[in-house]
Amino acid sequence: MIDIASQLAHIVGERFVSNNPEEAFFYARDPGLMPAHKPDYVVVPKTASEIQEILRLASRERIPVVPMGAGMSLTGLVIPLRGGIVIDMKRMNRILEVNEKARYVIVEGGTSHGALKAYLDKHCPRLRHSIPDSPATATVAANVMIHGQGRLTQQYGFNSDMVSGLEVVLPSGEICTIGSCALSPYWFSKGAPLPDLTGLFLGWFGATGIITKVALKLYPRKKMRDVEIFVTDRDDLVPDMVYELTHTEMVEDINIFAQPMPMIFKDNHHITLFITGDTDEELEFKRKMVWNCLDGFIKSKDGGFMSVPPVMKPTLLDMPQRSVSRFADVKKGGGFEYSGPIIPVETYPACTRKVMELGSKYDLAYSAMARVIGRNHAMMFGFAFTFNRADPQMMERTRKALEEGGEFALAAGGVFWKPTIDEQRLALEKMDATTRDLMKMIKENLDPLGIMNPGNWEVV
Amino acid sequence: MYTLQFDINHCKTCPTGDCLVKCQFMSLDKTEAIKEMIKIAEGKDSPVLHDCVTCYGCEEYCKRGNHPFYLITEQRQAKGILTAPRAITRQWINIGEPRGKARLGQVKGKVLSFGFMPELLQLVRGRLFEDVMPSYVFGQEFFCNVVYIHFSNTSIIKERLPQVLENFRKLGVKEVVCMHDECYGAFASLAPAYGMEVPFRPIHYFEYLYGRLHDLAKELRPLRIKAAYQRPCSSRLSHDTHHFVRDILSIIGVELVERAYQDENALCCGDILGMNYGYELKNDVQSRNLDDMAEHDAEYCVFNCSACQNVLATKVAKRGIKPIHMIDLCKMAIGEKPSMEVS
Repeated sequence: MIDIASQLAHIVGERFVSNNPEEAFFYARDPGLMPAHKPDYVVVPKTASEIQEILRLASRERIPVVPMGAGMSLTGLVIPLRGGIVIDMKRMNRILEVNEKARYVIVEGGTSHGALKAYLDKHCPRLRHSIPDSPATATVAANVMIHGQGRLTQQYGFNSDMVSGLEVVLPSGEICTIGSCALSPYWFSKGAPLPDLTGLFLGWFGATGIITKVALKLYPRKKMRDVEIFVTDRDDLVPDMVYELTHTEMVEDINIFAQPMPMIFKDNHHITLFITGDTDEELEFKRKMVWNCLDGFIKSKDGGFMSVPPVMKPTLLDMPQRSVSRFADVKKGGGFEYSGPIIPVETYPACTRKVMELGSKYDLAYSAMARVIGRNHAMMFGFAFTFNRADPQMMERTRKALEEGGEFALAAGGVFWKPTIDEQRLALEKMDATTRDLMKMIKENLDPLGIMNPGNWEVV
Repeated sequence: MYTLQFDINHCKTCPTGDCLVKCQFMSLDKTEAIKEMIKIAEGKDSPVLHDCVTCYGCEEYCKRGNHPFYLITEQRQAKGILTAPRAITRQWINIGEPRGKARLGQVKGKVLSFGFMPELLQLVRGRLFEDVMPSYVFGQEFFCNVVYIHFSNTSIIKERLPQVLENFRKLGVKEVVCMHDECYGAFASLAPAYGMEVPFRPIHYFEYLYGRLHDLAKELRPLRIKAAYQRPCSSRLSHDTHHFVRDILSIIGVELVERAYQDENALCCGDILGMNYGYELKNDVQSRNLDDMAEHDAEYCVFNCSACQNVLATKVAKRGIKPIHMIDLCKMAIGEKPSMEVS
């Protein structure tokens, strides 16, 4: 019988393979509510060629493989549901190239958003990327793999829309470049003017291949940022307010939240908008534009700009924002999870009311939180709940609330974001049958042995 | 139920109509001013109820002992005429809601009251406050609630202020040094106007500072600077204390620049105007105010209200004028470092 651990050690070195119970325990779970399942092996490769060898081994031996970034999805996407090998990408963390003039960066598949931000802060002060509000350890590759969002999402769409090239190791062990980099030394486009093949990998949670390099578009970094908060007690007007704000094309990012605590936030919906500028004049011009676009709502007394005290601004301007971790401990015990469907903006009022209803029904501390995607094209809506990890009953209530919230959003026309296994199943059931067949065809062709992150996007 | 003591006869016999004639946001002559104020006192509708931006100025302009602004506020609420967006009003009401607990220092007969402005806590250090600190009260339980007159809501004040007074009474304090004009205005103006008994002597912190500077006269070193004074809206409720600005600045060697928006003609920080009425009014008031400071070569802008300072400090600094709180300025005059950054 083949000794898989030895084989893996032969590929990556002994220090970077483990089948010890303590590692298995850690890699069996993520910070969310999904049940744990232990891997058989954990491996931490350094190069794409090592990943190629690991996948060839896994194919030969029919061993499941789960690629993992920082494991921050909260929805169990890197929990090895059928055991096998977890490939932890953290050692592949080099920033390979910044093309300053063409504004893109190429990073290895385990590079974290925090590391990229720090690098750009130091070496490229006029460039920035769309940093998500997940912990800074979240990786760039995993974030685009789940169609994450970030600070520039209102302007440029999902973070995956900002990809300008990929390098992927296919389940067969072959390595493949996607985008302009397939035939050019430049990584300026993920598809156009060629067929866009990134769709074979992005959104698949590693079920079709492992991303070993990502090129990501960078954007101008202005010298100044500021934040304004528009508050309203009319949830039904929020979509119209956001429509007006996005029409100005002056806003960096638009987040919305409604929650009962602390008292300053009770009873209202808060449209948090960020503006940037290279000069005081530019910043003030944008401020004037965004204030004035909502003037009708101020006159009708349906909303107004609150005074944001200086003490509150650093928290709001922080990238990534760390206030979420404070919310996570409201109930003590550090539990936090949200179901974050992508919804039409016009369904914000219904979804917000549903969060409040669920908070009350299941006796949970809640927050409705949303981020506008594109120019009002959609929004990520978070049914967010905090719970005590030492309280199994509260965790079960949270599970139920999340499930109901997700199903509600799906029925209202939304689409699950980074769905759990159960949500994936629901999405596949609801999906157009031909689309489902196409997904099946893609999966079966790229991963005929079904070893890649099994359980995810399995079309039965 | 507490009722506003307002004498319509004072308006009918008013020789000036100053309450509205002097208003910086409406244009009325004497006849119109008196006519509109009488209409309001009779419970009738008036353009004033719709156009007033809540600068509080008329409370100072009226020299006949009436309370025109409190009356306007009462009548707006009675008629459902909103000044602020509902969400803003709700937010402020929620912020000020009593929590059933307060932060107390070692309370003695004389006590400093901070309402719930935490930035004031860092200001009251050093020799200026050594004869009273650490006797202080802080928290919603001691919050004067006067801000709600910006939001045409006196009922919440009538509901909460008596309890605040009761909380002070329970402490047994004899003198309360109010660290904010609204706090002082609540106890020296608004509570008496509604017939509420105030169980202590309110002292404006300017009066307190003035006294302490005399106590520390030997330590005083003239600052020899030129300063503009940013008068807060709530100073209009306690205009009898406004003279302390000149009194204090005079003894610490600060030249108060004689600018256009001074004393009765002062302009507020504009924060409430923005929340209630939008960008243009706020920007107009702030721009005129800051231009006026700069044109008169002010080196410092002296703040009385820390909320004003929060709003204007950066804008003032960008004009090359140093923002500073009055307390910090006094500290400098006795050789102490300011508590807040002066940049």
